[in-house]
Amino acid sequence: MKSLAELAAIRAKMKDRVVLREGQGDIRVVVGMATCGIAAGARPVLSAFVEGVASEGLSDKVTVTQTGCIGICQYEPVVEVFESGKEKVTYVKMTADKAKEVIEKHLKGGTPVAEYTIGQNQ
Amino acid sequence: MKELSLNILDIAKNSVKAGAKLCKIEIIEDEETLTLRISDDGCGMTEEFLKNVTDPFCTTRTTRAVGLGIPLLKLEAEQTGGSFKIESRHESKYPDSHGTVTQATFYKNHIDMTPLGDVISSVVTLIQGDPQMDFEFVHTLSGREIRLDTRELREVLGDEVPLDLPDVLVWIRGNLEEQYRDASL
Repeated sequence: MKSLAELAAIRAKMKDRVVLREGQGDIRVVVGMATCGIAAGARPVLSAFVEGVASEGLSDKVTVTQTGCIGICQYEPVVEVFESGKEKVTYVKMTADKAKEVIEKHLKGGTPVAEYTIGQNQ
Repeated sequence: MKELSLNILDIAKNSVKAGAKLCKIEIIEDEETLTLRISDDGCGMTEEFLKNVTDPFCTTRTTRAVGLGIPLLKLEAEQTGGSFKIESRHESKYPDSHGTVTQATFYKNHIDMTPLGDVISSVVTLIQGDPQMDFEFVHTLSGREIRLDTRELREVLGDEVPLDLPDVLVWIRGNLEEQYRDASL
């Protein structure tokens, strides 16, 4: 059973590390989670980013957040990637599989996956 | 929406937007019906806004003038022969007891019933999206109960460990999965 004791263990483990998380995160991944995004399948996309960033050990560098309607509902699920000093990258019609590829090539590798960006999907 | 769990996620986001401290999500099932109730202590709606809230052209969003979240839930409930109601008290009139309760009842055996779907993912997504807020989740089916209250988790985690820490989200998902397995809901 996932007991409260296990939760307390997480607290103990994080004691020294939590401070490091604050103020970090050079890359911000924002997933549109309004009615339009949710209906188009944004939930599994968000889960793929949250789980992928954790499992790839990118948590210090990447934060994943949710936002409301971005205004381009016909392209949902929409994901925006903000990186300091670089131009924003907007991915459209995302899926969990595409998210995994973005984690690998863009968040880890540093090169946006051009074929999923809005520029190539109009 | 393909799953009611997605409506839950969508409607609970309104509580987030209303500045609620606590959002309670209840799923109450018997053999025939499923009732979904989402209540919050957010700012509430004015009577004027409440009157129009099931109209798709009534919305708080600023990017376009259509809001489909509440109309969709109402439609999904009514297409099973069920019902929908929403009650709200705006903070201007009820400074100490404001908030909103949205409730939809579905007839589960109706051919147009939308499946409940992956509720666990919706709960985890809500907590990940707004880890400073509290969520209470209760799912009951003929005496069996699944429960999760982020206030209780917070007590164990203390102030320094946020609820959206990946390890904590994994624990929440695992905890709910085990509860569902044990209750065989």
